[in-house]
Amino acid sequence: MAHLQAHAEKQIIEIISRYKDEKTPLMMILSDIQKEFGYIPLEVQELVSEQIGVPVAEIYGVVTFYSFFSLNPKGKYVIGVCLGTACYVKGAQQVIDKFSEILNIKPGETTEDGLFTLEALRCIGACGIAPALSINGKVYPKVAVSQVPAIIEEYRKMGGAN
Amino acid sequence: MAKINIKIEGVAYQVEEGLTILEAARECGYEIPSLCSFNHGECSLASCRVCLVEATGARGLVASCVYPVAEGMEIKISSPKAAAARRLSVELLLSNHSMNCQQCEKNGHCELLYVAQITGAREGKFLGAKTPVSYDDLTPSLVRDTSKCILCGRCVARCQNAHGTGILGFEKRGFSTIVAPAAERSFSETPCILCGQCVSVCPTGALSEKSEIEKVDAAMLAGKHVVVQTAPAVRAALGEEFGLPIGTAVTGKMVAALKRLGFAKVYDTNFAADLTIMEEANELLGRIKNDGVLPMITSCSPGWVNYAEYYYGDQLDHLSSCKSPHQMQGAIIKSYYAEKNNIDPKDIFVVSIMPCTAKKFEKERPEMECEGLRDVDAVLTTRELAKLIKRSGINFNKLPDEEFDQDIMGEYTGAGVIFGATGGVMEAALRTAYFALTGKEHEAIKFEAVRGMDGLKEAEININGNVIKVAIASGMKNAKVLMDQIRDGKSPYTFIEIMGCPGGCINGGGQPYVKPMFLPNEDTNILDTFKQKRAQALYSEDERQTLRQSHNNTQIQALYKEFLGEPNSHKAHELLHTHYHSRERFPEK
Repeated sequence: MAHLQAHAEKQIIEIISRYKDEKTPLMMILSDIQKEFGYIPLEVQELVSEQIGVPVAEIYGVVTFYSFFSLNPKGKYVIGVCLGTACYVKGAQQVIDKFSEILNIKPGETTEDGLFTLEALRCIGACGIAPALSINGKVYPKVAVSQVPAIIEEYRKMGGAN
Repeated sequence: MAKINIKIEGVAYQVEEGLTILEAARECGYEIPSLCSFNHGECSLASCRVCLVEATGARGLVASCVYPVAEGMEIKISSPKAAAARRLSVELLLSNHSMNCQQCEKNGHCELLYVAQITGAREGKFLGAKTPVSYDDLTPSLVRDTSKCILCGRCVARCQNAHGTGILGFEKRGFSTIVAPAAERSFSETPCILCGQCVSVCPTGALSEKSEIEKVDAAMLAGKHVVVQTAPAVRAALGEEFGLPIGTAVTGKMVAALKRLGFAKVYDTNFAADLTIMEEANELLGRIKNDGVLPMITSCSPGWVNYAEYYYGDQLDHLSSCKSPHQMQGAIIKSYYAEKNNIDPKDIFVVSIMPCTAKKFEKERPEMECEGLRDVDAVLTTRELAKLIKRSGINFNKLPDEEFDQDIMGEYTGAGVIFGATGGVMEAALRTAYFALTGKEHEAIKFEAVRGMDGLKEAEININGNVIKVAIASGMKNAKVLMDQIRDGKSPYTFIEIMGCPGGCINGGGQPYVKPMFLPNEDTNILDTFKQKRAQALYSEDERQTLRQSHNNTQIQALYKEFLGEPNSHKAHELLHTHYHSRERFPEK
């Protein structure tokens, strides 16, 4: 196992202790870790496994089942393109392809500079403004392929500044 | 439990409340085709949809492996609607299956092919994309090939139930779902103990042992002096591969077959089991006398040793330093036997026939050699031996009974034979320890208290007024109980026997598959009784032996006199003992 930094280990054990009275605490623990750290790598799953007695393989199964959980760190800006039925028929595939092309990553991947993660989402409940996408929670309605370069540029300008 | 009234195919039956339709139908004499359901609900995800039937009170067809019977329920298995649905379920499974049946390790034991035949599944009914395949053959023991996996979950359940290690799990989602160790790692990068229990329960070729038949062929072709040895548990199960009832001991026919397969010498690992007892019992007495680390734990089972190294790396000094019997025998063959027969040990190739997949790994450990020569060169499972015999056109059931080669290491005692069942090593050691401490043989010979198929047993043995507390565990879930006691400093025991597989070697991961659909002449509850039956075959052979204590084996006595000196001597340590090291469970890649 790759060794976790002491403060990370402490924090994860604290998260686990929040749910010590729960019968099946796994989802809540993973959910908190995802929110806190942005991803759940294997060494963290091992620590959770040791603490709550659920096999690592089972935890890994849960992490890879729900798209909310991530095995790798996500970029500063997470671009979620909706590929639900309504968005799809309105051309969302072309939109996500354009992001892929410009950022040079596939859906699910993160750019090398750690700035962008591209994700394909299944219906974000915004069918009325299809095709829609969201970046760190901000929703962009009726996105045309031609807008994509400008959207990327907008975030590049903000860059790594918090 | 209360009885309720149901009808199957219009015939009235009374069955116990709470049963599933599948179980109730079985009791009434119907075998509904099924696949993922296994061993009294050990696995019952209802994922394969092969056992669909019509039942009143239900919407649509129901999966009989999970749907409970109810008062007044009328069940139809034979209806064309249900039969067509079952066939469709199988066709869907086949559409995502690699169909190279002729070279599949499970051919002849494949439950998918069986249900395909009986449901009349049509070939190539659904064509199209297949799930990306995950393949692992990096360990010396196991091969995992998801192109043959039907996602039934039996292996996941067995690993967790037997060992609590849960190496395998479902990963990803939807069409991409596979069964694999965490992060799709090779078994070699996880704390898998390589016991092969998952292979035993897998209905298809998705999990199998790594074959070493080709290695043996190559050694024969190269003109090596190929010596074979067979573990005690093999004789108790090999006959099953040739249609004999479970529990038939086939020692004589097995030896006859091996002699016809071109091996220069055919020995019984029982000889080395006796040798193990001499070394181990003396090690135990030494630890007791010299305030050594106690309890001492047996080290014959390589699955258990793997587990100890992964999970109890801080407690390894409790393990006996003895190598397992076949490794000892290999070391003796390449030294004592080679010297006696004037053969260059470099020209000797030792093959072990074992009920075990973990032995394939054990023989590759760097420690298992002496002066640059591997103790054992190849390990074949009981199943692989059956393949060798079948390949060679030997009619097994018509073979005469023949005897192991008797020169220098042919003798064995009943104590060695019972190694194959849980509690056997303990009993064999007690027989010899009793003699060592009292100067006379234990009158009853048997130590009944350490026998039986319970996963966790304990006993108090009174030797000359000294009460020794012992414990026996099989399956790592049970071993964990004893190991946690030791770690907490609360173990009341002096000596502990631990075997990797539940029930011991007779239920090893390399033994013939016990699949009821292919065993029409066995009892319907054969999954509950096969371990006892195989164990009984060993205990009966013990009773037939004139020598029943390892220290009475005259060839063992000669081996010490002429070659080793005495138990735990310097030379014995060089050849017959080993050491252990803590291993990381998920090493960084």
